[in-house]
Amino acid sequence: MPVPAELRYTKDHEWVRVDGEEATVGITEYAAGQLGDVVFVELPEAGQTLEQFGTFGVVESVKAVSDLFAPLSGEVVEANAELAGRPELVNEEPYGAGWMLRLLIADATQVGELLDAAAYEQLTTEA
Amino acid sequence: MPVQYTGIVEEHRAVRERAGLFDLSHMGELFVEGPQAGEALARALVTDPPQLPLGRAHYSMICQPDGGIIDDLIVYHVAAERFLVVANASNAQVVSDALAERIEGFRAILDDRALATALVAVQGPRAAPILGPLTDADLTALRYYAILEGQVAGVPALIARTGYTGEDGFELFVEWGRAEALWDALSDAGRAAGVSPIGLGARDTLRLEAGMPLYGNELDRQTNPYEAGLGRVVKLDKDGDFVGRTALERVARDGPGRRLVGLIVRGRGIARHGHPIHVGDRQTGVVTSGTYSPTVGAPIAMAYVAPGDGEPGTIVEVEIRGRRVAAEVVALPFYRRTR
Repeated sequence: MPVPAELRYTKDHEWVRVDGEEATVGITEYAAGQLGDVVFVELPEAGQTLEQFGTFGVVESVKAVSDLFAPLSGEVVEANAELAGRPELVNEEPYGAGWMLRLLIADATQVGELLDAAAYEQLTTEA
Repeated sequence: MPVQYTGIVEEHRAVRERAGLFDLSHMGELFVEGPQAGEALARALVTDPPQLPLGRAHYSMICQPDGGIIDDLIVYHVAAERFLVVANASNAQVVSDALAERIEGFRAILDDRALATALVAVQGPRAAPILGPLTDADLTALRYYAILEGQVAGVPALIARTGYTGEDGFELFVEWGRAEALWDALSDAGRAAGVSPIGLGARDTLRLEAGMPLYGNELDRQTNPYEAGLGRVVKLDKDGDFVGRTALERVARDGPGRRLVGLIVRGRGIARHGHPIHVGDRQTGVVTSGTYSPTVGAPIAMAYVAPGDGEPGTIVEVEIRGRRVAAEVVALPFYRRTR
């Protein structure tokens, strides 16, 4: 399963794309595959403040309920409203249209605490 | 049996649209035999097995003296003086022990063949066309909730037209060592028809759509059949005593203290087992099973509520992670196949 090289990852299978002061967050293809068919995503509202590695929402598949963890601290700029009607985008395009949040990054040094693609790939192959 | 093979929704749709294969060898097969086998079961269970014609089956329950459900069962009248009782895997030993005790004094013996018997189910609209060419049995003469003996791909089997999916289909009881050959034969024969192996995940979504209770969720020892909407199963008019009669007569007379209902979630969120249910500032009950229904296209659930809150059309609130989400009480089942 390809792991995009330009992203950073949490051990809990969220990815983050850092773009200047902003970050985009989603869950990895591996996580989406483990969950199976995603049928519901609960996301925070814009303006809410997140703590790094704190929960920011919930993703539910037919099979299970999983918490979502913020890769970075920051303020929610936008949650992906498209997922309310089409949660299956998380399975279909986990790194694209299935994104979950855009964040205003509070502390850019936290990026150093995340896994790079190679380390994340190793995590998923060990699992 | 794994949770899934290829994906719960995909497997679910395979059964609704084509056919699915289930390895249910974990179920408990208990044979009761002898001149008084039927009478012994009538004493042990809430149903009246002596009324079952040869080759027919019925849904049944085994209850405690206080009316609490020990397990739900299917009873098959497989031959003269011979009944097959199929128990849930998690209760197979408990049911076996209880039956052994309750049939004492009757001219009947219990033959617990749970470990010697495998069970493979083929379910779905294409189940009959797949199974037909593999068997010498006349499937057109085999009605719903009936059973007969036959060969399937050369394997001696008890062939029952029963299931837990809401679809037409068959359950095939065979000797443990023959299950793999049977599975392979059904897989091969069903390939062109699009048969898929089905895991526990889809087994749960299929039975939930069909409004069928799951022991441990809707049914347990603290629940009586009337609460579960299964009062029609209890044959209070049968002759003689049976375990639980006095308690169940009282519930039948006074009415159950809570009621099993279907819910369709109208707000955003999925009701799951254990979520509380409120009407205004009063908690009326709790969700016993909930999932996203591929067929309905919405989250569905079964739940116990106070008797007064159980009418279809009633709007309740399910508490999902601290948030209250509107849900509508609906009549069960959520899904009924078109015949």
